[in-house]
Amino acid sequence: MNTANVIDEVVPAGEPWMGVVRRGQSFRIVDLEGNQAVDTLFYNAADTAEAYSAQNTIQAQRRIYLTTGTVLLSNRGNPMLRIEDDTCGRHDTLGGACSAESNTVRYALEKRHMHSCRDSFLLALARREQGGLTKRDLPSNINFFMNVPVTPEGQLRFADGISAAGRHVQMTALMDTLVLISNCPQLNNPCNAYNPTPIRVMTWDPA
Amino acid sequence: MLWEEEVPGGAHWSAVIRRGVVLRLHALGDDANVAALFYSREQPLERYNMADTLKAQHVAHLTTGCVCYSDMGRILCSITTDTCGWHDPLCGLTDAAQIASRYGVTSFQKERNARYVSGRDAMLVELGKYGLGERDLVANINFFSKVVVDEAGSMHLAAGHGKTGQFVDLRFEMDTIVALHAGPHPLATGRYAPAAIRLQARHGTPPAADDQCRTRCPENERGFINTERLYSA
Repeated sequence: MNTANVIDEVVPAGEPWMGVVRRGQSFRIVDLEGNQAVDTLFYNAADTAEAYSAQNTIQAQRRIYLTTGTVLLSNRGNPMLRIEDDTCGRHDTLGGACSAESNTVRYALEKRHMHSCRDSFLLALARREQGGLTKRDLPSNINFFMNVPVTPEGQLRFADGISAAGRHVQMTALMDTLVLISNCPQLNNPCNAYNPTPIRVMTWDPA
Repeated sequence: MLWEEEVPGGAHWSAVIRRGVVLRLHALGDDANVAALFYSREQPLERYNMADTLKAQHVAHLTTGCVCYSDMGRILCSITTDTCGWHDPLCGLTDAAQIASRYGVTSFQKERNARYVSGRDAMLVELGKYGLGERDLVANINFFSKVVVDEAGSMHLAAGHGKTGQFVDLRFEMDTIVALHAGPHPLATGRYAPAAIRLQARHGTPPAADDQCRTRCPENERGFINTERLYSA
């Protein structure tokens, strides 16, 4: 895990990534090639039982999409990060992460062996030297750069992506935040043109 | 009928419901809201998963024919009857700060059991009885509440949706820890007046090949196969 003050890394598709963004630091994710799903969870770095809550976040802003101005809230109702800049336009927090098991339901029973975000999450948590994080710590995540509209009739759609190569989302950390990313390896879904691609993650200190 | 029980408005409740049992939630007042969470009795790490439930069925609301997926590709329970038409899987629970700012501060010392309990506190109490806690508090269902998402993504709680006498039947496909809270919806406005609910448990009929929940979509067919494998012996 990277605990340096300043991070600038490329994360290939199918890999997990963990890092700490200090309070006041900026955190940017760049969609290098376009329409890549970046499954992301946040934890209070000092007490990881406090984690990102999709429900608290959408409740507070009365809106399901995340974009500039959205404050990402924890399960305890505390502000974790604020989205300051978003050249994509909106991000999903209802679609969750793919898993081997949900792939059997969504696509075919024999898709179980394919790589999935939850496998990446679990491996990253298992490798974490401090330990302490398990499957219990995987609530509903954010899918940066994914477009998952809900219709007024209550249908969920997986629409064509609205991101593009080089678009980014940038946040300011409002607490010391542990970031867990799975750069999504899904090969069964047209939303990434069946082509998972690398992302760039960056942090920097306030000017 | 196996048993029935009334849950007063504002109260929380939990129990283990066995595979094959149908649990009816019956609204005893208008604008009922019943927050619900489901965990596998055998392995509570397996729990209701909002995202997998929505994605598998391409829905952002639940009604007859829908099933509630666990995070392991199995079906915890199926909605076999629903006279309400729309249950909210998106909005989560109230917390103590919301309840206090919206309805005022109450305490057991003053109000006794009429005090206001938040959805989060209610669920933490019920989950604690099974060794579960804050880290296990995943996105819940809000039965009897309708939340419409407009084109811009804004969420609107539909007024007048919940009516006295409406009911929803949940047929359990797995042995399940069920936790409920008959408290206000997080987007509710107006005064504090949560409706009571009646719970009725009955023996269900196992889902046949032409079961409406099974045949709703190919995804649910596979969800039932995954579930039946768990119980194959």
